[in-house]
Formats: sequence, structure tokens, C-alpha cells
Amino acid sequence: MPTLVSHPDEVKVVSRRFGMGAANIDKYIELDGYKAVQQAIAQGPEMSNWIINTMKASGLRGRGGAGFPTGMKWSFVPKQSEKPKYVLVNGDESEPGTCKDHVIFLHDPHAVIEGTMIAGLAIGSKLGFIYLRGEYRYLLKIVEKAVADAYAKGFLGKNIFGSGVDFDVITQTGAGAYEVGEESALMESLEGKRGVPRIKPPFPAVVGLYGGPTVINNAETIANAPHILLMGGEDYAKLGTERNGGTRLFGISGHVERPGVYELPMGYSLRKAIYDVAGGIKDGKKLKAVVPGGASCPVLTADEIDVGLDFDQMGKAGTMLGSGGIVVLDETVSIVEFALRTIAFYQHESCGWCIPCREGTDWIKKTMTRVYNGGGTRKDVDNIQYLADNMMGRTFCPLGDAAAMPTLGFVKKFRKEFEDYIDGHKAGTPIITVEQLVGAGH
Amino acid sequence: MSTVANTIFSPETAARFDHLVTIYPLKRSALVPMLLYAQDEIGYVSDAVVAEIAERIGLLELDVRNVLSYYSMLRTKPAGKYNVQVCTNISCMLRGGYEILDHCKAKLGIGHKGVTPDGVFSLEEVECIGACCWAPAIQINYDFHDDLTPEKVDVLFQIYRDGQGKDEK
Repeated sequence: MPTLVSHPDEVKVVSRRFGMGAANIDKYIELDGYKAVQQAIAQGPEMSNWIINTMKASGLRGRGGAGFPTGMKWSFVPKQSEKPKYVLVNGDESEPGTCKDHVIFLHDPHAVIEGTMIAGLAIGSKLGFIYLRGEYRYLLKIVEKAVADAYAKGFLGKNIFGSGVDFDVITQTGAGAYEVGEESALMESLEGKRGVPRIKPPFPAVVGLYGGPTVINNAETIANAPHILLMGGEDYAKLGTERNGGTRLFGISGHVERPGVYELPMGYSLRKAIYDVAGGIKDGKKLKAVVPGGASCPVLTADEIDVGLDFDQMGKAGTMLGSGGIVVLDETVSIVEFALRTIAFYQHESCGWCIPCREGTDWIKKTMTRVYNGGGTRKDVDNIQYLADNMMGRTFCPLGDAAAMPTLGFVKKFRKEFEDYIDGHKAGTPIITVEQLVGAGH
Repeated sequence: MSTVANTIFSPETAARFDHLVTIYPLKRSALVPMLLYAQDEIGYVSDAVVAEIAERIGLLELDVRNVLSYYSMLRTKPAGKYNVQVCTNISCMLRGGYEILDHCKAKLGIGHKGVTPDGVFSLEEVECIGACCWAPAIQINYDFHDDLTPEKVDVLFQIYRDGQGKDEK
């Protein structure tokens, strides 16, 4: 069972009910649960506008990684549509370093359900889906129980809270595929197909699930909606920085003393997150590098961590806020090895639909393996960079970029380490052998 | 009474599947969950599972196999009663994931995708399972076991061997 952690610098909004037994519907109601949805309904004919305007004012940006403003996303859905509209909650959490939705489903499943209802009311949808990765079976059961309890109370189904509006929620399990975390691939999976991406445009807001207009949001984004409606958009926005409203769950893992999922204000210092919140580097070692927002984000070196954790500041620092999964690497880590393990993951998970990604990940892995194995040439480092450059922006979905970006980061910032490997001087303490890597599930 | 005559599934699972195909705007949306739930009961996605699911949804067996081959949790061969899935992705790797994997290999005497001769355990190296902050982590069937050491793994294996392990389905 995931250990709950806390730190005085935390500002708890979405994690407010963690550890309080809120998976129980009565407890959830006692802790202001299902109040936000009723407040929305009380706005009468202005309900949709009121929700969307509040969400826009909150400055909430997508917590899955792309950081798209949520209120704006909801406003893109056409008011009139011949086809039914859908809300889709992306709980296919699988970006390495990311386990925040895990704790939301575990501790506050009703917040996800209530958020789904709110999104539905905002866009005029009658059906929402909550999609969890297949590995999260015990969490799926918690969410299923929560959905059943909400139906039993009459909160879901016909005429919710006397609004005259019907709203249903269906839970869905995946069966193991990183790529399905991408929104269009997730819709394919939910339609019972292989999880390969769709070309965009059209965007899901216009043509999404079953061809209907669809709002698809990360589970954390959705779980924030009830809190935002209750506290007001402006007050939520104030917790964060400009254009980066509110707080965010950060999963700090790797070589820190107190790994865990912490809720910090947007813009919080990355240095403080590592050294204060997570207790500093494990066993008194020195920091070498940080992968700041899940495996797909370009690495930061130890002297680049004086940066605020929001989408814009991280962008300026040449990386991304991503999924909020902060992976901390101490001085013993071999960057070549870490880069190889990262690309091995993307090579394994590339769905094969787009050639630059399918071939690019494979050739980067092969080339990096040769460098790691001691048989590399100087040209290999250039080749790795050339391959990654040629993947960027040339695939249907962001998986190609997600593989190329960290690769470019490692090669550019730690080029000497790659060259030293080629020259026979191996920095760091390698953990895996090439046999382990090639002979395994990758 | 199942809608499929001579169903290969238990009455509970057959009833669940009868219901599952009715809840979505399109029947086919039941495919991925159905394959996984079928595997939970039968142990793997056998030819008979493919045939019955194709019939239930109204697809060609080929369509079912096309989807089946995409998802990494679905298998077409039996695994052990307890499938040990060791995460070696970055966060687990930094905290001893490979040490755990090597220990499991040595302890069980099998490699990646191997099954012990008595059929009790199988082993798989898997990608990130979403337990990064509690690394290193493994899943035994669907149950998570976090913050592991080789010693803790030994204890776990004994618990499962004794039939006392959790086995959530």
C-alpha cells in the first residue's frame, strides 16, 4: 500500500481528503463531497457557462503533462451536436516516474466521479468514462465501488440532483500499453481496438470517442474540478503562479530520503522540492541530475534546479513540467545507462504506427547499447542525436517526441560521459548488463 | 443463463460478459476488458476464449487476435498461478529494481516469462507499474508489493507458496 507522506510546505487541495477514508461515500459527503456538482446545478440555465468560466478563471492546466488550459478545452466542445458528447477520464497513468493518479483513485475516487459529472454538465454530455490502466485492478475496484455507491444514492443516473439531466459513468480497464495514455489512442482502446493514435485534426473536442465531441482529461485534472468550483476559480488561481493556477501533485522518486506524492503550489522551487520536501539526496550523496516531469522530460543537471515548478518556468529552463513525476539521480548514476534504460522503454512501448518513432527508438537503443557495451565510436553520439532530431514532430502522437526529447537532453548535457564510455572510462556505477537489457522484456 | 450456448466461462463470468456487451454505445468497447477478465479466469487467452469473445461481440476471431496481440498484459500461453511482475523502469531501477529481478530469477530458477516446474510462479520483467514513489515495486498478479528488499521478496514468496497471499481479481 502506498505510504502517505506530508510536508509543511504542502498546500492540500486535491489531496485534501487523502487518508481520511473518503473512498466511503458518506465520509466523502461529510467532507463537502458532491456539493460542487449541486452548486453548479443551482446556477440553472447559466450552469454550463458558470462552470467553464470558473475553470478558466482557475488557471488549471492539464495535469497529464501537456498543460493545456482545462476551461478552454471544455469551451471548445460545440454546444449543439448531432452525435452524443462524452467525458473521458484518462487514468491510464504510465509515464515512468508518475504515480499521482494512483493515490487519487485510492484515497478520493468520488472526487474523480464528481469531476466527471461537472465536466459532463459543462459540455452537455450524458455519459462519462473513467479509464484506468489494467495494472490498477485494485484501484479499479475502488472506483467501481464508488460509482455503484453514487448510483445507490441517486447521484448518478436519471435526473441528477433534480437537474433534469441524466448522467452515467462507466469504468473501463486497459490491458497494458503506455501508448494508450495518449488521448486518441485511449479512445481507440475504449472502442475495442489496438491503441494506436489518430491523426489530428480533427481534435477530440469535435470528433472524439465514437465520433462524438469528447472532453478528455487526466484524472488529477478532473479531480480538481469540484474543489475549484467550491473555492472559486480566482482563489484557486492565486495558489499558483501567473497562467499556472493552483497546486499540483508531484511524485518525487529515485534517490531521495523521503520519496512520495506531495501537493505543492505551482511554481514551487524544484530545489526545495528535492532538498526540503523530499528530504534531500539519499544517504548523504550528491545530486547528479533530475528528470523533472516523467521519463519524457529532458534532464536537468545538478546546477539547473533553481527553477519554479510550473509549465512556463520549466519550459524556459529547456525542459517540461510533464506529469509531475520528479526522478532524482545521485552521483553514482551512469547517465549512459539511464539514457539507455529510458530509450529501451520507449522502444518497447512504441506502437509501431509511425515509422520515425518505430525505427528511431529502435536505432537509438541499438546505438546506445553499443556505446554502453564499450564498442561505440565517436560518430555514434552524433548518430543518436541525428536520429532523435529526425523523430521530433514527425509522428501522429507525442510518443516519438517523448522518446527523442530525453535522449537529446542526455546526449547534449552529458556528451562527455558518452564519449568517455566510448573511450573506455565509465562514469557512474552501472547497474545493468547489456545481456540483462537485451534478454529481457524490452 | 448465458446468451452463449456451451460457454467456457463460469456462470458468474458468463453473466458478467452478457451484461458487459450491453453497457456501451458500441458493443466492441467490451473487448479489452473482456479479454482481461477472461484471462483472469482461464489463466490465459486460449483459442476457445478468442472464439467465444468473437462470438459474443460479433467480431471475426482475427479482429480479436489483432487487439489481443497489442496489449502487454494479455498472454496466449499459461502463466504460473502467481505471476510475479518486476518493474525495472527508471524509478525502480534507481532503488534496486534489477537487484529484485535478479533475486527473483535466482530464487525461482526461471527467467523472463518463465514458469516454475510446479506451475506456482511465473516471472516477468515489466515496464513502469505506477508505484514509483514506493520503489522498488512488484506486482504478484494484481497485488502491489512496495518498498522491497530481497529479504522481503523471500517472505512474500513463502506467503504465496503457502497459499496465504492476497490474490485480487
